[in-house]
Amino acid sequence: MRLTCTVNGKVETIDDVWPGESLLYVLRERMGLPGAKNACEQGECGSCSVHLDGILVCACLVAAGQVEGAEIKTVEGLAGATDLHPVQQAYLDAGAVQCGFCTPGLIVATVDLLEKNADPSDSEIREALAGNLCRCTGYSKILDAVRLAAVRLEGAGKH
Amino acid sequence: MEFFRPATLIDALALKSTHPTALCINGGTDVMVELNFDRKRPETLLDLSAISELSEWSDQGDSILLGAGVPYTRIYQELAKELPGLAMASRTVGSLQIRNKGGVGGNLGSASPAGDAHPPLLASGAAVNVASVNGTRAIDINEFFLGPKKNAMNSDEIITSVLIPKARGGQQYSKIGTRNAMVIAVCSFGIAIDANNKSVGTGIGSAGPTPLRAHEAESYAATHLDWVNGSTVTPEMMKEFGALVAAASRPIDDVRGTAAYRRHSLAVISGRCLKWAWTSTQDMRSK
Ligand SMILES: Cc1cc2nc3c(=O)[nH]c(=O)nc-3n(C[C@H](O)[C@H](O)[C@H](O)COP(=O)(O)OP(=O)(O)OC[C@H]3O[C@@H](n4cnc5c(N)ncnc54)[C@H](O)[C@@H]3O)c2cc1C
Ligand code: FES
Ligand code: FES
Repeated sequence: MRLTCTVNGKVETIDDVWPGESLLYVLRERMGLPGAKNACEQGECGSCSVHLDGILVCACLVAAGQVEGAEIKTVEGLAGATDLHPVQQAYLDAGAVQCGFCTPGLIVATVDLLEKNADPSDSEIREALAGNLCRCTGYSKILDAVRLAAVRLEGAGKH
Repeated sequence: MEFFRPATLIDALALKSTHPTALCINGGTDVMVELNFDRKRPETLLDLSAISELSEWSDQGDSILLGAGVPYTRIYQELAKELPGLAMASRTVGSLQIRNKGGVGGNLGSASPAGDAHPPLLASGAAVNVASVNGTRAIDINEFFLGPKKNAMNSDEIITSVLIPKARGGQQYSKIGTRNAMVIAVCSFGIAIDANNKSVGTGIGSAGPTPLRAHEAESYAATHLDWVNGSTVTPEMMKEFGALVAAASRPIDDVRGTAAYRRHSLAVISGRCLKWAWTSTQDMRSK
């Protein structure tokens, strides 16, 4: 089938899509957007997290046919022309990235959290990121990164 | 593979009747796992997620009519007061990403004995509304689950909504698992106290071939709770109630736990749920 959807603000038309394949497959294999990672294909790891019509989802659990006409935002759409998104910068500065495989999913999930809750408590951060696995960091630097991003975004919002 | 994405229920029902083997997909959180791992290769996928009436709920006075596709996130954000038991259960599902997509229609469609929506629906006496080109029918939740992953639907039917009585007393849901997120229940228990009818409803999850009620525990609680003065649930009542719940379960040994552990933990959590739900029944009364 032919699929038309908006990805990171741009209308895209993709041909020869098998409707039962996942949005993750479409992004990575058909559109050359490898930011969302494929680790489990069963919703357990969160490394494929993207925004679908403003909602945080696992791209591996969305059928390609279901995103006809939808708006998708991936980690590739976060950075500006010169600067990283404040959440990306915070992950770097806090040392929250080791192998980096989980990072795109965690960054998208963190952006989602901070859009809804500018000043989350630690338990709210843990709850919001519970669907994202990291096998390297032990999570404590990831929590640091989220707190740092929250402070910086708050500060930016006050200007 | 054919893929249909009807925008209206009428179109969806027409498609389901001409393609009875079509696999419905809504949130996709069960279906996509099956497709990704080649466990299923349906000839036809019928996507229900574009049908707006399935993703809405409405207030029917004494009950809430919950569309089959309302995601868990919205259930606990919007209906925690009217349906506290289901809201608590919804909060325990998977992770935020899963709760943003998955909903009660898909949970009932999969009919896993571990489905978290099932115990609260059993406890509050819900009805599952299904439709086909030939009309609609309401299936009593007590008659909905036929076996592991088997429900009472015909191949031309689609779940449209669930009619759930609003809470008329305290409700609780408790789930045993290895961590707080992303856990398929080892066992679970839901309770709904009805202070108007002086009755108690229960639902047991993941401890039998289907979700189950604990009928004897319900009658025990109804006759032993102090409906007049509201005095607190005693440790003896918790113990007796828990024992009756455990006796009503039919667990097996599997990778998530042994039958003996399930019986034991059910006895413990159900006793606690009774106490908590009774306390909130008194709080509701004093307001
Ligand atoms: C990582 C992960 C964690 C999970 N954790 C939990 C958990 O903690 N607790 C839990 O209970 N479940 C859990 N699940 C399972 C799943 O999320 C739930 O069963 C969810 O309710 C399914 O809803 P859905 O809309 O995504 O269903 P789908 O996958 O779209 O459909 C599921 C089934 O229902 C059928 N169906 C869907 N809608 C209808 C309809 N309207 N009429 C008729 N049939 C229909 C489909 O054909 C399919 O057979 C988890 C899944 C994943 C991937
Ligand atoms: S790849 Fe989608 S959650 Fe793991
Ligand atoms: S940094 Fe390696 S998995 Fe998270």
